[in-house]
Amino acid sequence: MSPTQWDLPPELCCRPMAFVALTGLDVTYNAIHRAIWDAFCANRRADRVPISFKVLPGDHEYPKCRTKRTSYEWYIPKGILKTGWMNKHLNLVPALLVLFYELDWDDAVWKEKQSECATKVEIVRTSLQGRNTKVAVVLIQKKTPLPPGEDLVASERAASLCNACDLSGKSLFVLPHTDHLVGYIIRLENAFYEHAQTYYYTEIRRVKSHKEFLNKTTHQLLFVRHQFKIAFFSELKQDTQNSLKYYRTAYSLVHELRTHETNMLEIKTMAGFINYKICRLCFQHNTPLDAIAQFRKHIDLCKKKIGSAELAFEHTAWMSKQFQSFGDLFDEAIKLGLTAIQTQNPGFYYQQAAYYAQERKQQATHLCAHEASVSYPTPDHLETPSGALDFYGQRAWRQGHQSIDPPHMEKEKGGILALQMKEKDVPHSELIIALLSNAVAQFKKYKCPRMKSHLMVQMGEEYNHAKDYTKALKLLDYVMCDYRTERWWSLLTSILSTALRCSYLMAHIKDYITYSMELVGRASTLREEQKSRIEKNLIKVLMNEVPEAEPDCDQASAKAAQALWSDRMSLAGSNEFTIEVQDYVPFVQCKAKFLSPSFHVDDPVQLHVYLRADCPHPVRFSKLCVSLSNQEYNQLCVVEEPCKSQDILEASSQENMCLVPGKTRIYSFKFVAKTEDVGKKIEITAVDLMLGSDNGRCVFLNWRGGGGDAASSHEALLAARSFKSRGRVPEQHVEWDTVSIQASTMIISRIPKISVQLSHEPPALNNEMYRITVSIQSNEETVTKDVKLTAGLKPGQDANLTQSTHVTLNGLEMCDESHPALLPDIAIGDLQPGEKVEKCLYVRCVTTGARIFLFHVAYALSTKVEGKDITCRCHKDETVTIETVVPFEVAVKFVSTKFEHLDRVYVDIPFLLMTDILSASPWPLHLVTSQLQLAPTMAAMDQPQSQVEHVVLQTGECASECFSLQCPPVLNGTSSVASGQYLISWKRKSWCADAPVVTTVTTLPHVMVETIPLYVHAELPSFGRVRESMPVRYHIQNRTGLVQDVEMSVEPSDAFMFSGLKQVRLRILPGAEQEMLYNFYPLMAGYQNLPQLNISLLRFPAVSGQLLRRFLPSRIFVKVHLQCLAKARFVQYTTDCCPMDRVSHLSCRSLQFIQSDHGPLGCISDQSSPCMS
Amino acid sequence: MAVCIAVIAKENYPLFIRSVPVQNELKFHYTVHTSLDVVEEKISAVGKAMADQRELYLGLLYPTEDYKVYGYVTNSKVKFVIVVDSSNTSLRDNEIRSMFRKLHNSFTDVMCNPFYNPGDTIQSKAFDSIVSAMMVQAS
Repeated sequence: MSPTQWDLPPELCCRPMAFVALTGLDVTYNAIHRAIWDAFCANRRADRVPISFKVLPGDHEYPKCRTKRTSYEWYIPKGILKTGWMNKHLNLVPALLVLFYELDWDDAVWKEKQSECATKVEIVRTSLQGRNTKVAVVLIQKKTPLPPGEDLVASERAASLCNACDLSGKSLFVLPHTDHLVGYIIRLENAFYEHAQTYYYTEIRRVKSHKEFLNKTTHQLLFVRHQFKIAFFSELKQDTQNSLKYYRTAYSLVHELRTHETNMLEIKTMAGFINYKICRLCFQHNTPLDAIAQFRKHIDLCKKKIGSAELAFEHTAWMSKQFQSFGDLFDEAIKLGLTAIQTQNPGFYYQQAAYYAQERKQQATHLCAHEASVSYPTPDHLETPSGALDFYGQRAWRQGHQSIDPPHMEKEKGGILALQMKEKDVPHSELIIALLSNAVAQFKKYKCPRMKSHLMVQMGEEYNHAKDYTKALKLLDYVMCDYRTERWWSLLTSILSTALRCSYLMAHIKDYITYSMELVGRASTLREEQKSRIEKNLIKVLMNEVPEAEPDCDQASAKAAQALWSDRMSLAGSNEFTIEVQDYVPFVQCKAKFLSPSFHVDDPVQLHVYLRADCPHPVRFSKLCVSLSNQEYNQLCVVEEPCKSQDILEASSQENMCLVPGKTRIYSFKFVAKTEDVGKKIEITAVDLMLGSDNGRCVFLNWRGGGGDAASSHEALLAARSFKSRGRVPEQHVEWDTVSIQASTMIISRIPKISVQLSHEPPALNNEMYRITVSIQSNEETVTKDVKLTAGLKPGQDANLTQSTHVTLNGLEMCDESHPALLPDIAIGDLQPGEKVEKCLYVRCVTTGARIFLFHVAYALSTKVEGKDITCRCHKDETVTIETVVPFEVAVKFVSTKFEHLDRVYVDIPFLLMTDILSASPWPLHLVTSQLQLAPTMAAMDQPQSQVEHVVLQTGECASECFSLQCPPVLNGTSSVASGQYLISWKRKSWCADAPVVTTVTTLPHVMVETIPLYVHAELPSFGRVRESMPVRYHIQNRTGLVQDVEMSVEPSDAFMFSGLKQVRLRILPGAEQEMLYNFYPLMAGYQNLPQLNISLLRFPAVSGQLLRRFLPSRIFVKVHLQCLAKARFVQYTTDCCPMDRVSHLSCRSLQFIQSDHGPLGCISDQSSPCMS
Repeated sequence: MAVCIAVIAKENYPLFIRSVPVQNELKFHYTVHTSLDVVEEKISAVGKAMADQRELYLGLLYPTEDYKVYGYVTNSKVKFVIVVDSSNTSLRDNEIRSMFRKLHNSFTDVMCNPFYNPGDTIQSKAFDSIVSAMMVQAS
């Protein structure tokens, strides 16, 4: 876009930098000069000093300096700031002029060169007459200079050159043209920068000095001008803090100026400039809040300064520009690292700028509505002799004029007219849209989606005004759905109305229909008559006629649109539209539902479609069709009526096809599902409603799935909460909100009329062939064909169960690994009505635990549904959980011949193996037999025979067996040996004789076998008798290959007297046996401890007497002497009278006394415990 | 006094909206709608843990050239928005707060009405009169 009157001048917007002019450089033809120039200006990085360089010829003419005013007494300023001033100091008047001159210290013609240089200096001095511009000379030298002070010739010649050129020593520089050019240049420019700073400092001082000559009445403008200049020079000097201070003073001075219509524009223009500078510096100083505060103040001060009412658009244009440039500044600051927030970002300023631009447009259309006869005034009052203004913000036809009234009324009118005519050509919409889209970009960045949508609506409306309907519709369409989902119907209606207008003006039929549909519907907040008008238009379009023009369209556009519509109408084809209404809120609502979430295949599937119109007039449709996921059914779900009468509004002869506003209409469909669809889902994929007719124009409203639209889900939610829904609704009347969509249904198989019963005796016993009897009875009325039974472990359980479960139909043999866990499709054949079939199934469970068994009976059956023959497959499942338990537990122990527990056995010494079989089964168990399979490391003492053969165990009963065994010698002293296996064959008692016998194997535990060096065994009678001698013989065997020294002693006992060797020391040869004979003479009856035999081996101290004693009986039962029996009654009496504790405390001696006097005590000993040996 | 008062449902659709210069109703609707951006941001800025102690009054949402928009969010996320003319400098923060409190009380009464469905637009006369009392009297 070309710069307009309102754009800020570029010299204001740039960052002021010290201006240094370079002369004497021939950058075109001299390579060295070129290199120097490039080093100055190419690739200047931010860390270089801020200087703008310019190469000027030696005889360049600089702006002439006016003669300095000595007094301001009669001076009346013509304006605030000259338009050329900023540019002059930025680009025309240098702060420092640098003359480059090629001269070496040892130049042959030094004198001549020196004077030539002096002449050149003189020339530039003259051209800068009156300016404070500094002059400096740089000597370009070929040689590297010596360190200062060493080159005497150089210092002498430098002094003479300074003298000749009238330069101070600080203004003469040497630039050796060597490798380190850039380094020298940087040092040079730093020196230049200092000179420039001094220059601007003096300039500031100079301007400040004017102040004392000014008076407040006539020189108000100068106060502003001077402050501005000081601030600007400070900026050039890079003293931004002070510069900001001066600009602030200037700003307050501007507002102190007397304002009237003639100078309002000038004041506002300057205020805008200064405000821009202040805001810019505030952002630069990273004080954005100051910038915002300043801007707010500026706007508040200037908002009301409208100026001439005839040029009101100028004020809004200026305001718009103020906001826009502040937005630009803000945005620029953000790019440099400032963080903005949601509520304070450039978007707001662009938005406001757009508002003012819109206002400007309105004012312009209002103020510039000249009649066609009014032409642009001649002569052009906007022309100035120079083509530009002298002062910022003044009128071209009265420049420099500062009094309150315009000097020339005629000129004034002409000027205003010219401005108004020009304003007419401004592309307002373009400006507004650009600003809005700037704002949109900002709001997008700062998470304001609604603000963004709002601005996009405005953009759309602006495009509509600019007659760019396509773009307008694109934008409006984009935001419409946001407003729809947020349910702001008032806003949606307004957008839709605009969109409808656009689509009308473009004669865009499909869009027109879509927008109308929604505007007529329930989401629209339009009044009834508006809706009625739109609906009538909609019907016209459906009948292929031209609709009425939308209101608020201008005449010309409406006329053009009419023509477009007529063209569209005459065109054949493209008269069929499908509108997906799911995402809109159309004027016809639709809900479709299957009456049940599932249907049996022998029941007809029922489907209802509910329709309701929300428009003001009844509407007729010509076709309603439902599409289902299986398209074969689609033809069964159609309602159609060839539309004969032209008028859709007329009530139809068949009321069926007419939707009355506010009334719910139900269309029901019924069809028989195909048998292939059993187990499948049938879904409603779409519902289509055809409006219009084939010969006019037809529009399909298409609902995906089971209907509903953008608003319906929320309505359903509200209805669910509503107290109204709890009230009773009269029959037949359907409350629309209570209808819920059911878009899919399952087709499930027919209910089987067959009974499957299981009989069995749980729990199953581990490893047995568990019998389950399945009885199947048909309750169908016709023959069931092809009955099949699938039985066994239910799939989907633990994988290990499949391995450990075996199913068979043959109950006579044990089944093994080869049998499956599930027997599929056991053919049973056909079943007549009422017929019953039984099937036995045997299950072997190898492991314990619960299992689920499945019995699945499937069959086919012919039946009639709605007069249609179908063959349905039915099936019935029966499951049962069966627990498997162990039938019995086997406990095994090793005991000595004395029935003492053994933790180890001894070589060649007999011991006993005892087994206990404890029944855990709830059913009686028949133990068929048992068998001991000994390992080679064990030997039976005799032929072991089962002692439990044909024993029947009830629950909790225990059967025991006992085997006498012996271990052959082992190699080394001690080792653990295997014992063998114990086999038990059993079955349930209840089962028939030919049922297979289950053999359960129990592995016997390992046992420790030990060799002992000495074996002792006693030979004694099974019982003794009081006072009758009994012989006891001890055999002592040496089982080693060594001669054993044995010490033996017999301890005395209270119960016995004995004869024999009381203590003896023997020597037993290897393998030999020694026999010791004793005669024991029992003194007391009952169980008596034998006198203890102590044996100690001198060679094997490890083999203790205690160990050896285990082989010997420790006590013996002593019977009463026959003669004593007569006295027994008396003893009974004594013991009854004598408390037991006292008896126990009697000493043995006294007992002996009692015994001797009153006979034996055998009658009170416990004789109930049997002796097994 | 307010120029526009609005009650917005938890799901951000309007339950009640009333503005003084009736001819420019749409503009106020847009103003209220766009202010929801700031409301949402302010609610989400308060962490979940702090949600219980959150102040209901959100303060000035954003200033436009002509209006000031204030916000208030109940614990059930129903939003109240009051738009005040920028030139009306007599209104202090405290007064805005008390306006919101009054509005909230009246809204609670509406909710307590057994015949009112939560989520429906508010059509209560009592609420209407409370709102009218807070509005600038149309001249």
